[in-house]
Amino acid sequence: MSDIKTAAKQVPYDFPDKTGHFGPFGGCFVAETLMPAIKELNHAFEQYAHTPEFQQEFDHDLAYFAGRPSPLYYARRWSEQLNGARIYLKREDLNHTGAHKINHAIGQILLAKYMGKKRIIAETGAGQHGVATATVAARLGLECVIYMGEKDVERQAANVYRMKLLGAEVIPVTTGARTLKDAINTAMRDWVSHVDDTFYLLGTVVGPKPYPEMNRMFQSVIGREARQQCLDLTGKLPDALVACIGGGSNAIGLFYPFINDTGVKMYGVEAGGKGIESGQHASLLSVDGPQGVLHGNRTYIMSDTAGNILDSHSVSAGLDYPGVGPEHAWLKSCERVEYVYALDEEALTAFRTLTRIEGIIPALETSHALAHVTKIAPKMHKDQIIIVNLSGRGDKDIHTVANIDGVKI
Amino acid sequence: MNRIQTCFEQLKQKKQKGLIPYITAGHHPPAETLQLLHTLVKSGADLLELGVPFSDPVADGPVIEKAHQKAVARHVTLADVLDIVTEFRKQDENTPVVLMSYLNPIEVMGYTDFAIRASKAGVDGVLIVDCPPEESSILHTALDAKQIDIIYLVSPNTDDQRIKKICTLARGYIYYVSLKGVTGDSDKLAIDEVKKRINHIKTFTQLPVCVGFGVKDGKTASALAATADAVIVGTALVKTLDAHSSSTMYTAIESQMSELHSAIDA
Repeated sequence: MSDIKTAAKQVPYDFPDKTGHFGPFGGCFVAETLMPAIKELNHAFEQYAHTPEFQQEFDHDLAYFAGRPSPLYYARRWSEQLNGARIYLKREDLNHTGAHKINHAIGQILLAKYMGKKRIIAETGAGQHGVATATVAARLGLECVIYMGEKDVERQAANVYRMKLLGAEVIPVTTGARTLKDAINTAMRDWVSHVDDTFYLLGTVVGPKPYPEMNRMFQSVIGREARQQCLDLTGKLPDALVACIGGGSNAIGLFYPFINDTGVKMYGVEAGGKGIESGQHASLLSVDGPQGVLHGNRTYIMSDTAGNILDSHSVSAGLDYPGVGPEHAWLKSCERVEYVYALDEEALTAFRTLTRIEGIIPALETSHALAHVTKIAPKMHKDQIIIVNLSGRGDKDIHTVANIDGVKI
Repeated sequence: MNRIQTCFEQLKQKKQKGLIPYITAGHHPPAETLQLLHTLVKSGADLLELGVPFSDPVADGPVIEKAHQKAVARHVTLADVLDIVTEFRKQDENTPVVLMSYLNPIEVMGYTDFAIRASKAGVDGVLIVDCPPEESSILHTALDAKQIDIIYLVSPNTDDQRIKKICTLARGYIYYVSLKGVTGDSDKLAIDEVKKRINHIKTFTQLPVCVGFGVKDGKTASALAATADAVIVGTALVKTLDAHSSSTMYTAIESQMSELHSAIDA
């Protein structure tokens, strides 16, 4: 392990390697039937995504379609209440479609356009990535199929209807735990069956090469903006960054541009669900869970002693996933990011607090990050700064919260 | 010569094509899985492919996925599968057994440990669905050390450069995936195209080329056997197992196997 730490602490940070590995993690573990499609995608990513034309078009769409840059907002009352560090919220909830997911949706659909693909497929958990995908597909007039676990279809009905209004076909997935993991399985089966005309618009930093690196690139706009905004507003870099982790896309987006700023501490907050001992959670890195191969990459996964994938649990559909992006596994190994968890209950408390104190209803996913802020901010000095990624808005979750409150709406 | 080589050598001498059935271990209780393996051999199987249960079999269609789910619910593990093979070898010294697995159960057991235990059990080959040559070198070495063949897939859209690379690494036989899809997608099977591809692959390798995915009946098996060295039948058999009770499934499988066998020999 000490070799890993030394290797990973190299500055500047330069991962993944050419084969898509972050140390022992990542890679490209897919069936031969998918390899040609993966190779085509890798080739297109290398050929187009780094060109000035692509970047220009991407930046334009982020500005005029998504509404970037998103503000860095000083949460004055919340900071005063916690009586510690100054807390700034990176307002990804103000993006078009209400979450950070639009960033990589815009990037990937642009790549699909360059590749001449006519059909877009995606998986979704909370529905935010599905909505973002359906949105960008509608804008380009492309056929769009979204796979969503049946359980998530039930708990995110509004987003399902939103996707349908946008012209997407939403297919409920009835296998396994009927959540995000199973939606990814089914999307991969669709892709292998329609490799010629279909682009798989994967919604987080998991999957085979190039997805973790590609989505990091598209999401890094969050951290680039936040870094500059923080310097402009406060004249210095933040002391800590906090983001929630399901697959880990919003967290990587915020963290990556700060990765060589060794003075900036980073916290990734996983879903502790009903408690680690209950087994009903989605915490992998924070509890040092088992490693393995799932959905095309080697990473930490929730699995039993026979190697079967276990069902995860979280009050937030977007964190309800038994794997995590391979780069987070690597950043844990090299101790660059500290991974912790917040329980369902703690996230719900933070959800209510931010809503009442700052007039911002956060997504339940995001609320996990907020819950951790309430633990660290009071221990910090008043001149210290925390940036928390407010990755999505909570409108989609009001039914879940109302249900918990016993309110029928 | 190992069992797989001997098997194809004998077929060649007899000027026959092979029939390779696939079943998922644990689809039925281990004792019944074992009995099914013997039934398959008795009714004409030249080589056996045995699926290792996994919770997330992404390369499989709904029929085999369901078999995996049943096996996982029954808590049949990779270790149990190796026990089944050990038992099988007590009565059958000759029929080659190839495990068809996803990578994670093997990752969890550990590559070296797996290779040792599989060799001891009498496993002849391993095909890992989600482990392309780019990621297989460590496992490949571990299996080579125990003289277990690692079987690689070639698909309809694998380019020549890749076919060449895969053929260099491959042991045992080449598994040609007949269609762009998951197991059991028989509607998508284009027989003439498959034949052309098999002949093309044969220009890169001396190894036998076997074809699977989408072989649903004697007619397709017979058409493919004209070019391929062996035909692999999975979904069609698993479907039959699903449609029968434990008491009638052996006879049903026997009659389906003999239909396939005579079609291939015809």
